[in-house]
Amino acid sequence: MSAAPLVEVRDLAVSFSRGGQSIAAVNGVSFDLAAGEVMGVLGESGSGKSVTLRALLRLLPEHRTRIGGSVRVDGHDVLALRGRALDDYRGAVTSMIFQEPMLSFDPVFTIGRQIAESVKRHTGVDDKAARARALEMLDRVRIPSPARRLEAYPHEMSGGMRQRAMIALALACRPKLLLADEPTTALDATVQIQILLLLRELQQEFGMAVIFVTHDVGVAAEVSDRLGVMYAGRLVEIGPAVDVIESPSHPYTRGLLSSIVRGDMRGTRIEAIPGAPPDLAALPAGCSFAPRCAHVRPECLASVPPMRAATEDHAARCILVGPLAPA
Amino acid sequence: MTATPILEARQLVKRFPVKGGLLGKARSWVHAVDDVSFAIAAGESLGVVGESGCGKSTTARLLVHLLEPDAGTILLDGRPIGVTNGVPLTQARRQIQMVFQDSFASLNPRLTVEASVAFGPRVHGVSQREATERARSLLARVGLEPDRFAGRYPHELSGGQRQRVNIARALALQPRVVILDEAVSALDKSVEAQVLNLLLDLKAEFGLTYVFISHDLNVVRYMSDRVMVMYLGKIAELGPVASIYDDARHPYTRALLSAMPSMNPRRRTTQAPLAGDPPNPIDPPPGCRFKARCRHAEEVCGQGDIQLYAAGEAHRVACLMDQPRAGHSHSAKAVVP
Repeated sequence: MSAAPLVEVRDLAVSFSRGGQSIAAVNGVSFDLAAGEVMGVLGESGSGKSVTLRALLRLLPEHRTRIGGSVRVDGHDVLALRGRALDDYRGAVTSMIFQEPMLSFDPVFTIGRQIAESVKRHTGVDDKAARARALEMLDRVRIPSPARRLEAYPHEMSGGMRQRAMIALALACRPKLLLADEPTTALDATVQIQILLLLRELQQEFGMAVIFVTHDVGVAAEVSDRLGVMYAGRLVEIGPAVDVIESPSHPYTRGLLSSIVRGDMRGTRIEAIPGAPPDLAALPAGCSFAPRCAHVRPECLASVPPMRAATEDHAARCILVGPLAPA
Repeated sequence: MTATPILEARQLVKRFPVKGGLLGKARSWVHAVDDVSFAIAAGESLGVVGESGCGKSTTARLLVHLLEPDAGTILLDGRPIGVTNGVPLTQARRQIQMVFQDSFASLNPRLTVEASVAFGPRVHGVSQREATERARSLLARVGLEPDRFAGRYPHELSGGQRQRVNIARALALQPRVVILDEAVSALDKSVEAQVLNLLLDLKAEFGLTYVFISHDLNVVRYMSDRVMVMYLGKIAELGPVASIYDDARHPYTRALLSAMPSMNPRRRTTQAPLAGDPPNPIDPPPGCRFKARCRHAEEVCGQGDIQLYAAGEAHRVACLMDQPRAGHSHSAKAVVP
């Protein structure tokens, strides 16, 4: 890629103050994302994946959050945006979808009015054109009888339909970057796959970049070109989705993948990772996975290991990378 | 099965009124569980799968008598529960325990975990000292060192640790059947793996029988000997785990299985097996509950209730397609099992 990446995140650090303690939620995350690329971010609760996403849209509560590092999206210095410039950025350049669609919608206005309002705010078109755009979007996300649904309130729709309407709202102004925070996690299996396929289709059609945060490896495999794995606020592995899933380099990624029950494993014991993630208020000085790692060495405890390349485009934050010899 | 099942449900029905109108009278009914019958052998694990509104959690709550059925019977060792000459309710409650999805809401926030685990035995007449001893040994057994954890309160534990406490509490009454209602669904995958291993160990050690309810088909396959697939309050299919996963007969079971993400970025899913959401279980139409979303639906599917037909040894399916002389155009091709 010769062109500048659409997204450049450098040493992003986010900490929250709570009761006099500082919770280090994100600790030095760096990555690039090209226009039109889909990056999955896989991690468990507390890994910092959602906080990273929220920092990219500046959704974190300002008075008790400290953000460091830099985030550039399509030429905008995101962490420096204020006032109108921030409003212009949200929705038009970068947009977000959530696990819970009711968070995106105001319950007292109709779906159509809310989509039209966003279109008007960002493109300056008149009411009629904005409504036409709302209708087009509802049709595009395949909501049945879209003209009638324009007049529907969020609570009048089923879970899958609300999720589609939220996608319509997020994409109405054709953002270049879509942030997806577990958007299919609360859905039933047969609905989840419909929404994943719809997102994949719209991503290709609109050519937008997507950062898709999930705890579900299956979902990540369905949508990601590239896949990042987060642990205790750090990106511990990043690479092409196929490589990360088929030949994981970081011991945590390996452990996570072997913890997942799939296919016919009856009668075999699951290879679970022992222990639990560290307390984000008291992170160890070295590798935060070291206390649970079977391959730990003294130097792992001394300082945080750097990202090391396993292959040209696949790297992991582990001193043993490249590939480990079987233990 | 020739031996008496440890737990049996016969024609269970549970409906919830949907109130509306000026006087708050029931205008319609949610058919949460509608004529559901199944039996569980001692030592077996029965997996229950289905999407929201299919009745899997209502079935669980009926089995532990958190809800009273509108019709139907639950039998423990072949004897009906809670009727004259049957198994007294208190005894049934002791023998059938349950673990819920929400590990925090299931624990009293004002009790230490040791007190929570000891509470059940105390209610059932065990002395304070013995109940405490039992609680500590169970906490140790589920991987929570009693000297470190016994005095903690639920908010001082992680989700995985709390779920271990809930498992210890369920075992404190020395039950024979444990109902696990999405018990690992809220846990992170690495913690889920630890808890699944623990559940299998405990089953072997205490000779338990499990009813394992989950929306995760991979986990159900791993944990279960037999699997029951539910759809809108009815059993769609019931059979040995291998038959359900390798030779599913019901179009809904097949759709559920092919809706599972592939786990392989080289072979992504290209087509959604079903369109739309699971329908609302309020006043469902007659006939097959799945017919509105089924690509094989024919007129005959809307006529009368669909019973569970034999589709192989211990395999039952509520679909006319496999059934000779049922009147479905596929059924002409069906072979007599």
